[in-house]
Amino acid sequence: MIFPRVGRFLDDRTGSASLATRAFRYVFPDHWTFLFGEIALYCFLILVGTGVYLTLFFEPSTAQTIYHGSYAPLQGQEVSEAYQSAVNISLDVKAGLLIRQTHHWAALVFVAAIVVHMLRIFFTGAFRRPRDLNWMVGLSLALTALIEGFAGYSLPDDLLSGMGLAIGYSVLASFPIIGGWLAVLVWGGEFPGGEEFISRLYAAHIFILPLLIFGLIGFHLFLVVKHRHTQFAGPGRQERNVIGSPLFPGYMIRSGGLFFATAGVLLLMGGLIQINPIWQYGVYQPWLGTNGAQPDYYFGWLIGALRMMPNWELVIGGWTIIPNPFFGGILYPMIVFSVLFAWPVLERRFSGDRAPHHLVQRPRDAPFRTGIGTAMLLQVTMVQIAGSADRIYVSFGVSYELQIWFWRIAAVVVPIAGFFIARAICRRLLRSEAHPLRRWTGERVERTKAGDFEAAGKGPGPPPP
Amino acid sequence: MTDPRPPEEERRSRDRAELATAAFLLVAALAGVAAIVVYIVTDDTQALGISLGLAFLAVAGAMIVAGLRLYPAQKVVEERPPAADPPAEAAVEQEVGEAVGGLSRRKLLFGAAGAAGAAIGGALIVPLGSLGPFELGGPDPDDLPWKDGVRLVDDQGALIPADLLQQGAFIPAFPEGADKRELASPVMVLRLPEGDDQLDPEQAAIAPRGILAFSRICTHAGCAIALYRNPLFPPQAPSPALVCPCHYSTFDVRQGGKVIFGPAGRDLPQLPLKIDDQGILTAAGPLSGKPGPSYLTVRKT
Amino acid sequence: MRRLLILAAAIGACLVPAAALGQAAPDPAVVATGEEVMQVQAGRTLFLEGCASCHGQNAEGTERAPDLHGAGAQSADFYLRTGRMPLAVPGEQPLRNPPEYSEDEIQALVAYVGSLGGPPIPTVDPAAGNLSEGERLFTLFCAGCHGKLAKGGVVTGALAPSLDAATPVQVAQAIRIGPFVMPPFDDKLIDQEEMNSIVAYVEKTKHADNRGGWDMGGIGPVPEGMAAFFIGLVALLVISRLIGERGS
Repeated sequence: MIFPRVGRFLDDRTGSASLATRAFRYVFPDHWTFLFGEIALYCFLILVGTGVYLTLFFEPSTAQTIYHGSYAPLQGQEVSEAYQSAVNISLDVKAGLLIRQTHHWAALVFVAAIVVHMLRIFFTGAFRRPRDLNWMVGLSLALTALIEGFAGYSLPDDLLSGMGLAIGYSVLASFPIIGGWLAVLVWGGEFPGGEEFISRLYAAHIFILPLLIFGLIGFHLFLVVKHRHTQFAGPGRQERNVIGSPLFPGYMIRSGGLFFATAGVLLLMGGLIQINPIWQYGVYQPWLGTNGAQPDYYFGWLIGALRMMPNWELVIGGWTIIPNPFFGGILYPMIVFSVLFAWPVLERRFSGDRAPHHLVQRPRDAPFRTGIGTAMLLQVTMVQIAGSADRIYVSFGVSYELQIWFWRIAAVVVPIAGFFIARAICRRLLRSEAHPLRRWTGERVERTKAGDFEAAGKGPGPPPP
Repeated sequence: MTDPRPPEEERRSRDRAELATAAFLLVAALAGVAAIVVYIVTDDTQALGISLGLAFLAVAGAMIVAGLRLYPAQKVVEERPPAADPPAEAAVEQEVGEAVGGLSRRKLLFGAAGAAGAAIGGALIVPLGSLGPFELGGPDPDDLPWKDGVRLVDDQGALIPADLLQQGAFIPAFPEGADKRELASPVMVLRLPEGDDQLDPEQAAIAPRGILAFSRICTHAGCAIALYRNPLFPPQAPSPALVCPCHYSTFDVRQGGKVIFGPAGRDLPQLPLKIDDQGILTAAGPLSGKPGPSYLTVRKT
Repeated sequence: MRRLLILAAAIGACLVPAAALGQAAPDPAVVATGEEVMQVQAGRTLFLEGCASCHGQNAEGTERAPDLHGAGAQSADFYLRTGRMPLAVPGEQPLRNPPEYSEDEIQALVAYVGSLGGPPIPTVDPAAGNLSEGERLFTLFCAGCHGKLAKGGVVTGALAPSLDAATPVQVAQAIRIGPFVMPPFDDKLIDQEEMNSIVAYVEKTKHADNRGGWDMGGIGPVPEGMAAFFIGLVALLVISRLIGERGS
């Protein structure tokens, strides 16, 4: 009884009923891999929700104070207000630790979901025209998410993230010629920066970057709706149509289920698995350091690159044109992201295919692309593992110096091998039409001269002439 | 795709699904209530996480069951409306063309608009310069805290007598009276291990009794160099060195802080030391180079 | 005359043991009871069997191993009890291992090396230490190699081990000795009070406040990243596969 009245009330004042009917009928293909982007979106919503709660307690100030909370090993020590407020949220605010840990887990899973979503788009060719613009919007989202995460975990001013900020400052300062100015500008002075640095970081993390992400997501989703979602080839599916479930009621309910599942998984992790125990790390001071300091995993590839680089600096006439951190900290990710951004254009050049596509491919249908994608993924993975070479030494006894050489070679050799292997597998799968993981389960038939078929044995047989 | 089932079985299946959905929702309700109780009664992060997490997962279960059984996926076919609209594109082109076509001094107007845009854009960006000091990436050398005669203190502010350090030991130190947080302030004071006499005369002059001091901030990426590698038995262990825990840049303390491993592109600045009449460790001059990570003018004196 | 001879014999009889004592105990601080002397002798026998090949017949050192005069019971106890010695390959880093020797053998070897002079086994009282002071000192002097949470770390060319298995006495011994490439800290730099505090902090790291849940080894963002991918994301991928369709 209530619902039709509410509906009429709204339509009379906002004209929403016609929008509602169009939205209800919007068709979504149902393939499970099309849900990855939603996982990322829901992680972002949970980040905002938990984040708002945290802003009610966090104090973004570098003013020094004496710790008088409940954690004995910090008792009486000089810490920043920011650090103390973050420790208080964790140890002295009810539900504070759950919300803080859920927030951090959501950030890590957000990036993981973006990566998996991006891989799906890449390996199925969903970035092709007219979605090449949206591909770049998505990459911008990925980049912004990385910076936002770094800003977020650097706010508590703990020993680990403070060391990360020092490295961030140095990487920025390593930008050729203007880097020093830039770093001092952003930090408000030479590292550790002016008093206003942490509140500047806070403004970026709770407002400027989320606003940017909101805007990009809005544009990203607008483009998806405008073109309708892509679909795999199959019975009845053509470039000019889209087959799937209408948004209302089924798809909406299933999607809603995914949202609640994301929230549930993140809350369970937030309660059961400890993450970033800042009270154990202690406050950051520029003269303090700890062994085994690592950034959050999505920057593992950068710490790997920084550690693997030989100690070159370009010095001309006493001017340090290119300091060392530039190579691993800026040039390397710039190359990776540039290739990714340019890929739709590059692929159009290589393949000569300039037509719009709404049907996506299986990875095997584009052996070259799959090979390149595999190579890039393996390359970044080798560098990422190199970033943990010290933990590998501690846990498994393999010498650190030896590993640096090993990973340097692996970062070149493994991707090249991966390209050829992946491309070969694609070509073989195209011939056999087998499932990539299961054995080929068909039966071969041959057509006789009379025109009928006879069984010709198991196995896919020789390739057609 | 399954074949359509007999109506009776279909109805029973839907009924089961509706009951399952309701059951999930009830579990969610219970878990939600449990979360409220847990919050009020305890401060247990695990209990709160489990109850809230299960509540959300139960709602997810309800929606997934409903979404798969009661409103399952369909195969509705819709024509894909093309985004591009060539007639509209032509119309827009024509209207814009007419609006612009009426102008006779097009080049002048567009050029002037471009100049105005660039200048005003620049003017709006320039206040960002107030974010930080416009130095050449580093402080004025006269402002640096280390000079001849400045005494060394530990992190609690106490002076450091030279005989505090046995051979092989180290202590982090700062300039007396200076801001500890300034990048140039922290130094690593170390004493070379027993029997070590491999310093050349120039080196030995600034290392009284084999006590050396170097900047504690790594020249690679600014981390604190918190490791002193000191061999107990020099014939069978690596040489004395300062090591940074971030990317393992290693600096040879007997060669003036020369980089012997790792990515640091610049040697570690050394602080020359002397011992005053009261036996207190004192700086005998400024650091031998600018401390911290590299930038354009870092090697310029 | 006979009384004089008996007196001389009596005095002579007293002098002989005194002379013998004077030769067997060059360090006047060592009180040589009969038992202790036997222990030192037993230790010397074991030393000749298992240690002299590198440390020299009289523990004077060779190019393979240092002179043990002045190392004291402090070092011997540390190295033997943590199984760092005997070292199979000279030049390799001595690392913690199950001890080669039995309790009695260790005590004998410690007695022998101790008889060559050097510091005794240190005493330490974590309960008398200040946890917060210990945290500050550990961060300043130790965390660079061993990690803030004492889970171990890397120095170029060596391993700084986890302190999980180290007893309070062993922590104190290592601080004073400076094994392999660890710097030594005597009581001018770290006095008994500070030592107690550092040990109190190390003990705390073995029972860390992990109220956030499973600590995954306490080594930071690397396992956290793996949990995000292989637990969180995988769970959601499985749920996606449940919700969505497979194949065409």
